[in-house]
Amino acid sequence: MATQTTIFSPELAARFDKLVTLYPLRRSALIPMLLYAQDEIGYISPEVIAEVAQRVGIQENDVVSVLSYYSLLHTKPAGKFNVQVCTNICCMLRGGNELFAHCSKRLGIGHKGTTPDGVFSLEEVECIGACSWAPAVQINYDFHENLTPDSMDKILDEYREKAGK
Amino acid sequence: MAYLTTHPDVVPIISSRFGKGATSIDKYIELDGYAAVRKAIEMGPEAIIAEMKASNLRGRGGAGFPTGMKWSFVPKQSEKPKYILVNGDESEPATCKDRLIFEHDPHSVIEGVIIAGLAVGAKMGFIYLRGEYRYLLKIMEKAIDEAYAKGFLGKNIFGSGIEFEAVSHTGAGAYEVGEESALMESLEGKRGIPRIRPPFPAVVGLYGGPTVINNAETLATVPHIIRMGGAEYAKIGTERNGGTRLFCLSGHLEKPGVYELPMGYNLKKMIYDVGGGIPGGRKLKAVVPGGSSTPILTADEIDIGMDFDQVGKAGSMLGSGGVVALDETVCMVEFALRTMKFYQHESCGWCIPCREGTDWLKKSLTRLHAGGGVDKDIDNIRYLAENMLGRTFCPLGDAAAMPTIAFVKKFRKEFEDHLDGKGCPYHHSLEHEAVLA
Repeated sequence: MATQTTIFSPELAARFDKLVTLYPLRRSALIPMLLYAQDEIGYISPEVIAEVAQRVGIQENDVVSVLSYYSLLHTKPAGKFNVQVCTNICCMLRGGNELFAHCSKRLGIGHKGTTPDGVFSLEEVECIGACSWAPAVQINYDFHENLTPDSMDKILDEYREKAGK
Repeated sequence: MAYLTTHPDVVPIISSRFGKGATSIDKYIELDGYAAVRKAIEMGPEAIIAEMKASNLRGRGGAGFPTGMKWSFVPKQSEKPKYILVNGDESEPATCKDRLIFEHDPHSVIEGVIIAGLAVGAKMGFIYLRGEYRYLLKIMEKAIDEAYAKGFLGKNIFGSGIEFEAVSHTGAGAYEVGEESALMESLEGKRGIPRIRPPFPAVVGLYGGPTVINNAETLATVPHIIRMGGAEYAKIGTERNGGTRLFCLSGHLEKPGVYELPMGYNLKKMIYDVGGGIPGGRKLKAVVPGGSSTPILTADEIDIGMDFDQVGKAGSMLGSGGVVALDETVCMVEFALRTMKFYQHESCGWCIPCREGTDWLKKSLTRLHAGGGVDKDIDNIRYLAENMLGRTFCPLGDAAAMPTIAFVKKFRKEFEDHLDGKGCPYHHSLEHEAVLA
């Protein structure tokens, strides 16, 4: 494996080399690999599918079948910062729908939309496990909780600054 | 980021190390960490299981199955390797407790996994975290590395000659994977589709070997039980419901938060005292007692003890410990619809009653809520839900059907109020309701 050409960074490739050895079956590494690959490449591209299939030792269509099941895995590029607004029951009771509408208006995009500059994408998501601190949003993997439209604006401004745009 | 909220009635056992820096192994050891597993090595499998049975600990994932009994189902002899699988795919809406354990006390989970391994003769454990919990995966990975470095994991744990390996694992977003057999499928790198049972995981589980699957909170409790003794632990709760659990209070409350309270704690007190009551002087309408899949209780039905048996007797379930308070402004049809949207979205599609049932229920509830419903819809919703019960491969079908039946049964008048063609009388808006469709 070490000698093959890879589309991943040397660090990630090394991590994958190790990951497949941790389990009784190589295939067990499939879902974490897809997620880590997405973190680096931005989405699950055909090239990612091809290399992951080879590393795990299964067919590409088998990889596609698995990845289509999991909601965090995307086959199209999302924004640099993916704003995931929870509107499930606990967040709904504390303004989750309104927060989603606010983000949508502020960013000018709807569910699964991406801003033209590629900085933000928006997604309405199911429960993210922040029920006691609702309403809550996850931006990439970072949790933001007990939000109001005002505090949400500040957070979006900070991310925009981070993106340098 | 996730934190425990305090109250005079809180009994800190699982949470005893929260906020004390116990993510570092040295601090964890200083706080009596890894003492229980050393004791367990001395005790041997039968004595460990006996303590677990004496503790009356019941699974904290939702089903409430006695943990000691579950462990005792694993055959002593097995040709295939045995495994311990930690269910940290916390996804039941209203549940956010395992997050605190992983964030504040990851070593307690590792210690619990090793003890479970000693009890059933497993040499390997997997700690499966939901994909959204990436920051917790990093904490868990570091904790496992530390445990290896100290010789607490590996070929010769604590110098006992016993081998035990632990691996942390991430999912990638799927509620269904919290179901035990789908969890195993997912860990094997497949779609999270449930397996038919029997055989049960204790006999044929992960990679075909006997497998113990426990919720993260359950396993984090194990070292405390071994340390203090099963009988002592059982004294804290109620009959057949040992100890404490992390209750996640959410919704219309002055003080939502996660609180560790004894099993059997009064629900009314939980809402009005611990949770600080309903904001703005509004009235309580209903309470979801144990996560979104548990049938709703009206405000008049909440003077009950929060243990598996008492909540069961009241016609609902203690579930995963997610307590949601709904005030008088909530439209129950909208609430039922949002609940159903979730189950429709998460149904894996493997078996028909769940796949079709959740979809039709979502459609019917959407139409009814928007004011386009007809008389027959209300009975049809109940009929559809009742016909899903017990007819699916896994409990997701029941999880969608049970609360729906309760919504219709207990709040029928609100459903009827939506039939006048004028839309929702509560004027809630689901402007983006097409989303997630």
